[in-house]
Amino acid sequence: MPVTDITKDLEARSIVITAEFAAPVERVWQVYADPRQLERVWGPPSHPATVVDHDLAPGGLVHYYMTGPDGEKYYGGWRVLAVDQPNGFTFEDFFAESDFTPTAGLPVSSSEFRFEPLPAGTRAVFTTTYDTAEALQQVLDMGMEEGATQATNQIDALLAEG
Amino acid sequence: MIDQDEDRADAFFHALADRTRRDILRRVLAGEHSVTALAASYDMSFAAVQKHVAVLERAGLLTKRRSGREQLASGDVDGVRSVASMLTELEDVWRGRIDRIDQLIQGD
Repeated sequence: MPVTDITKDLEARSIVITAEFAAPVERVWQVYADPRQLERVWGPPSHPATVVDHDLAPGGLVHYYMTGPDGEKYYGGWRVLAVDQPNGFTFEDFFAESDFTPTAGLPVSSSEFRFEPLPAGTRAVFTTTYDTAEALQQVLDMGMEEGATQATNQIDALLAEG
Repeated sequence: MIDQDEDRADAFFHALADRTRRDILRRVLAGEHSVTALAASYDMSFAAVQKHVAVLERAGLLTKRRSGREQLASGDVDGVRSVASMLTELEDVWRGRIDRIDQLIQGD
């Protein structure tokens, strides 16, 4: 299993994914440097991503949309902050209108992707911090629900009504 | 109005008061399962598992849809989600991404 560790910080609303790949750092970097490869890995199978603009350089923008099962489109982008090729990069995420104008409001999350050489491969560390709980919710609503959920909050709401 | 809320609360707590139903709920919150697959996980009849699923459905904790001959059950994700559960969902998103990167690299 390539995923070696997952750390979540509820207070900071952050998630750190550590994975190991059997390929050199340059190869893993290529997945992000090549928009055609990036779109093959970014969206879940139900919501494939299409990368429209791709400038992985400091101050550069990456624009993409994801297409849901009913054809609905979700637009988003990355504002690239720093690039240390091929060792990693940092960026802010934003939601966008269909012309990729960022949707009013603050950036949704900031991320650092790092790729470190191992004797026989690469250790990748993906750190993403969400600004608010609402931002986190929005990201999941944007067609990213591969998994689990609540029940406790519904119960809390019920008890609050009582 | 108050009666309605009380009825809802009854359905909720009744649904969650059973160990098997809690276990079923955990599974369907993690992803859609066919009722057949759920039934195979427990040492009880298909009909008994189907009844448990129906109780969860009435309590609004689970939704069912039909796909061919299969009934597929998933946890109801409409409520407001906690940060913890949302990060857990993201974990699944990331596991999917890592698998796709791995496959892409392996395919070279």
